Amino acid sequence: MEAAYAITTDGLTKKFGDFIATNNITFQVKKGEIFGFLGANGAGKTTAMRMLCGLLKPSSGKATVAGYDVYTQTESIKLNIGYMSQRFSLYEDLTVSENIRFYGGIYGLTRSAIKTATAELLAKLALEKEAKSLVGSLPLGWKQKLSFSIAIIHNPAIVFLDEPTGGVDPITRRQFWDLIYEAAHAGVTVFVTTHYMDEAEYCDRVSIMVDGKIKALDTPAALKTTFGAATMNDVFLKLAREANQ
Amino acid sequence: MRTILYLLQKEFLQIFRNKAMLPIITVMPIVQLLILSFAANYEIKNMNIAIVDQDLSPYSKRLSQKMVASGYFRLAYQSMNADEAYEELASDRADLVMVIPRHFERDLIKHDESSIQLLVNAINGTKAGLANGYANVIIQQFNNEIRTEWFALDPKDGPAHFEITFSNWYNQGMNYRIFMVPGLLVVLVTMIGAFLSGMNIVKEKEIGTIEQLNVTPIRKSHFIIGKLLPFWLIGLLEMAVGLMVGKIVFDIPFLGSIGLLFLFSGIYLWVMLGLGLLISTFTETQQQAMFISWFFMVIFILMSGLFTPIESMPGWAQKMTLFNPLMYFVKVIRMVLLKGSGWAQVQWFFGVMVLFAIAMNTVAVLNYRKTV
Ligand SMILES: Nc1ncnc2c1ncn2[C@@H]1O[C@H](COP(=O)(O)OP(=O)(O)OP(=O)(O)O)[C@@H](O)[C@H]1O
Ligand SMILES: [Mg+2]
Repeated sequence: MEAAYAITTDGLTKKFGDFIATNNITFQVKKGEIFGFLGANGAGKTTAMRMLCGLLKPSSGKATVAGYDVYTQTESIKLNIGYMSQRFSLYEDLTVSENIRFYGGIYGLTRSAIKTATAELLAKLALEKEAKSLVGSLPLGWKQKLSFSIAIIHNPAIVFLDEPTGGVDPITRRQFWDLIYEAAHAGVTVFVTTHYMDEAEYCDRVSIMVDGKIKALDTPAALKTTFGAATMNDVFLKLAREANQ
Repeated sequence: MRTILYLLQKEFLQIFRNKAMLPIITVMPIVQLLILSFAANYEIKNMNIAIVDQDLSPYSKRLSQKMVASGYFRLAYQSMNADEAYEELASDRADLVMVIPRHFERDLIKHDESSIQLLVNAINGTKAGLANGYANVIIQQFNNEIRTEWFALDPKDGPAHFEITFSNWYNQGMNYRIFMVPGLLVVLVTMIGAFLSGMNIVKEKEIGTIEQLNVTPIRKSHFIIGKLLPFWLIGLLEMAVGLMVGKIVFDIPFLGSIGLLFLFSGIYLWVMLGLGLLISTFTETQQQAMFISWFFMVIFILMSGLFTPIESMPGWAQKMTLFNPLMYFVKVIRMVLLKGSGWAQVQWFFGVMVLFAIAMNTVAVLNYRKTV
């Protein structure tokens, strides 16, 4: 039972002083699933994700990631996850291949493994020509794809993506989702937040957060039926309207 | 272990790719040393001295003459009455009062020992320290002279011991540039240590890469070593560049062991790197880190004895300087370079500095968190 889930949370809560950023959320993410974590600005998505990644201590509630406890086993969690934060987090003053080598090295890949991974990654992203360019000089879409590929360079069981496609054009977003699918096919569990409702349709299941609470959680098709809406966008708007009343 | 190597590789790539960094490391120390040491020239001539000679003996007269003949002092007042001389000092007409007590010559000859009272006008601490320093040197020269004369008369009469303060043993020529340059080197090394390391770490917070690092299984200790070691090496390089400039441009003496000096610098740098790390743990932007570093730096420099002699500070301030790592380094570098002090004389300072390094880094490492 436990082994079927990559992530489980039970009443997970984070308070900043009196303010409750993540309020008592409970959900499970199955292994190999693409799990969409939706919510308006400030809903508490990043906060929840940071607790799961071991970056932030929860105020209360339980959670496990890859079978490890978020309170006591954060370092084991870190070995098993990849994370792409909401802010761009490659080194702009290092070249593409230097960034790959650095993160590969940090995750303990051997020298030859880093070499192979670099070659594969550059080929997959068609970045061979840019290997020696500074990351800062690349267009945003390329940076984001590179960032994702580096986040999974150590073959983690789960990857957390915090608004990976923010500010990126539709074509590059499509390519980005191809990368996500490819990773999911290889067995990686994907936990992704997004503001784009069309992207929600690509997920196996989605949860929708409003003001720190999870208001809905199901497959996109089931949610549309439940809310009698044609698109995920309508589902989202209905929920948001409810919250405002 | 390999993690550290990857971290170091990354740091060095970034440091040397940063266009501002190379000038900071190479040009800054040279320019700063040149400008500061020319500007910080503290030689002051013609300070007013009030001499109270209550002995009126050949020796006391000779000492008085020697004071005035040195060129550093101008005789502003002379009498037998000490109170009047104090009045001169209080009303700022004299910078220094020298009281030669009655029986000065007799005691000197009979007991091989005598005392002189020096009073300085401490309104201007620097001037007071200088006046005191000059006077001490002159008195010591006087002492040496008469001992040599006695020795010539009676070889059994052993070498002198005259009461003289520790800080004036060296730099007999009273060349203040030679006095300042080693101290300024300390400031340079301190800045590299505390500023660059702290700001480097905070920069990763600012651009957000620290979060990416914190989500990797990287060990806290590896991260910290990877961050601090480059600046430790740069600090030592800075020291070497500074010493060379000092030698070539100012011809400062290297009387003691350079190896000993580098050893001390190495330990000292860990204290400052620890401070930088500590500052980085509670600041979010480079600007904040910079301001807080400055805050410490100004206090450290003012309380180091570099510009203001510690002897002329009030008692509470003198006690505070004991907690200032910079004070020890200023002392040690002057002792080793200018006085030729060896391990035996500086080992106590080594002990203190090691304690500082351990304390500072323990606090910093405990404060550093991978979670926020
Ligand atoms: N360290 C913190 N201290 C205080 N409040 C915080 C802190 N971090 C986040 N918050 C607050 O918690 C709330 C949720 O923030 P969070 O970043 O999780 O939202 P989000 O859903 O990721 O939003 P966005 O879509 O804008 O990224 C916000 O109101 C934010 O201001
Ligand atoms: Mg967010």
